[in-house]
Amino acid sequence: MNINAVYALLFREAKIFFREKERIISILISPLLFLFVMGKGMASGTSPVAGYTYQQFIFPGIVAMTILFTSITYGLYIIWDKRLDFLKEVLAAPISRTTLFVGKSLGGMLGAIVETLLLVIIGALFILPLDPVKILLSLAAAFPISYMITNVGLTIGAKMKSMEGFGLVMSFLTWPLFFFSGALFDLGTAAHYIKIISLFDPVTYCVDLLRIIMLGQGAFSIWADLGAIAVFCLATTVFGVSAFGKLQQEK
Amino acid sequence: MAAIKTENLVKRYSEVTAVNGVSLEIPEGEVFGLLGPNGAGKTTLISMLATLVSPTSGTALVAGHDINTHSLEVRKNIGIVFQEPSVDDLLTARENLYLHSMLYGMPRHEINPKIDKMLALVSLTERAGSFVKTFSGGMRRRLEIARGLIHGPKILFLDEPTLGLDPSSRKAVWSHIRELKETHNTTIILTTHYMEEADSLADRIGIINQGKIIELDTPAALKKKVGQDLVFLKGEIDEAALKALPFVNSVERENGRYKIGLVNSGANLQALLNAGGKIEEVEVRRVTLDDVFLKFAGQQISEDADEHAESIFERIAVNRSARK
Repeated sequence: MNINAVYALLFREAKIFFREKERIISILISPLLFLFVMGKGMASGTSPVAGYTYQQFIFPGIVAMTILFTSITYGLYIIWDKRLDFLKEVLAAPISRTTLFVGKSLGGMLGAIVETLLLVIIGALFILPLDPVKILLSLAAAFPISYMITNVGLTIGAKMKSMEGFGLVMSFLTWPLFFFSGALFDLGTAAHYIKIISLFDPVTYCVDLLRIIMLGQGAFSIWADLGAIAVFCLATTVFGVSAFGKLQQEK
Repeated sequence: MAAIKTENLVKRYSEVTAVNGVSLEIPEGEVFGLLGPNGAGKTTLISMLATLVSPTSGTALVAGHDINTHSLEVRKNIGIVFQEPSVDDLLTARENLYLHSMLYGMPRHEINPKIDKMLALVSLTERAGSFVKTFSGGMRRRLEIARGLIHGPKILFLDEPTLGLDPSSRKAVWSHIRELKETHNTTIILTTHYMEEADSLADRIGIINQGKIIELDTPAALKKKVGQDLVFLKGEIDEAALKALPFVNSVERENGRYKIGLVNSGANLQALLNAGGKIEEVEVRRVTLDDVFLKFAGQQISEDADEHAESIFERIAVNRSARK
């Protein structure tokens, strides 16, 4: 792997990300709606974790949702790169596809981490008091989570031909991943079919990990969550690198 | 050592054979022009040499490295200017060059001075900090050329570098190319369908059609193969007298005028006019690469059209475009 090139790719993503301040803010709109309208509005919604309100209970899940949507959208944006011809320059450069893939993944993580940081700060101020250790641990958890989900987006984006598929991926992949993850309810008391599907949903373990960090209690053990996330990180890397290997310049 | 040596390169797509057995040798420091009609295989050939597309069979050595087995080494030694600009709209001119320099592994302390030098070379110093999306087509092209050169490639591929540029931008690009050749001894492979461009820049020209190199020589030698200068006469012309002149090779009627092919029009024009009869209009011109191109590529196009054309309309269209 070529560190200079990874840095260069990250440099480009960072420049573009921080230039679009409106986008940084607009990404936070739907999580904030979930937190302050649904979370607060469902006053009767009970928290399965004793000592917390429903709004506080869903907060870790909404952080995971933000990472999920930011990362997957970023990954799919590689289709734009194909259109903008930026990809042509990168595909012609003396760097391996693995380097390109890692550079892109890190770019996606950067965006997700920044959004996570903003949301956790808002949450710590208005919803759920968090000490600095918990904030740092949440951010640390955001790294592998955003890595794995960015990979999913990049893999699909590398194989997709046009932006028209974007809506399909959102409807058939992103929203189901979010709803089945148990971000908004307790999986322990959920219907049977939800429980079973949720076991195959990588986001389930992300939500659970963040819940353990922030609330001190989750559905699985922290080792099960970390193990599952590690497996998904590895698998998505393998699929992503292979998809990037086949990535060709489009006419 | 040859900068580029290809051996029987072939690229077959599912339905068409884009490049059909090209073997070429291009010495270091040469400007090589690749001419051909649309879809002749120019871009595919360049894409294979630049390791963007892998050949179906055959191989090539580019800067001494095999394109099939050492693509990263090949890439370090070449620069490419694409047919359609591929500079990043969302970044500034300077950032584009910076990104490129990092991707090509240039030492960090060299990058900034080199960027300044390149921007000055293509006269974009004042716009260094502007976003590329605000650039005109000519400025993008110039930036792209600067980018293709910044890492000091031994071989530069220019795929239709002046496509869609206005005449003054085109001249500017030409002078950059000449400068490169003279000051850096860079080997340049240029595709174009502007004949003047190939004529004024290239040391040698390969005419490619249907994936094959059908002619390969210096512009002067190619023109000699067509053979002659051309004089066009209008008026009451004595055709028989013209044909009798020893220096006249051919007399044809074309669009209401006589097209006369002759040797050395400078010395013989006076004699030609004296013998010609009552002349209303004279035009003399040298054989251009257009004539060469039409002779070699155009002929083949219409021959193929005769063989394959499914309808008379297609044949007419092909013949007409060949005649232009």
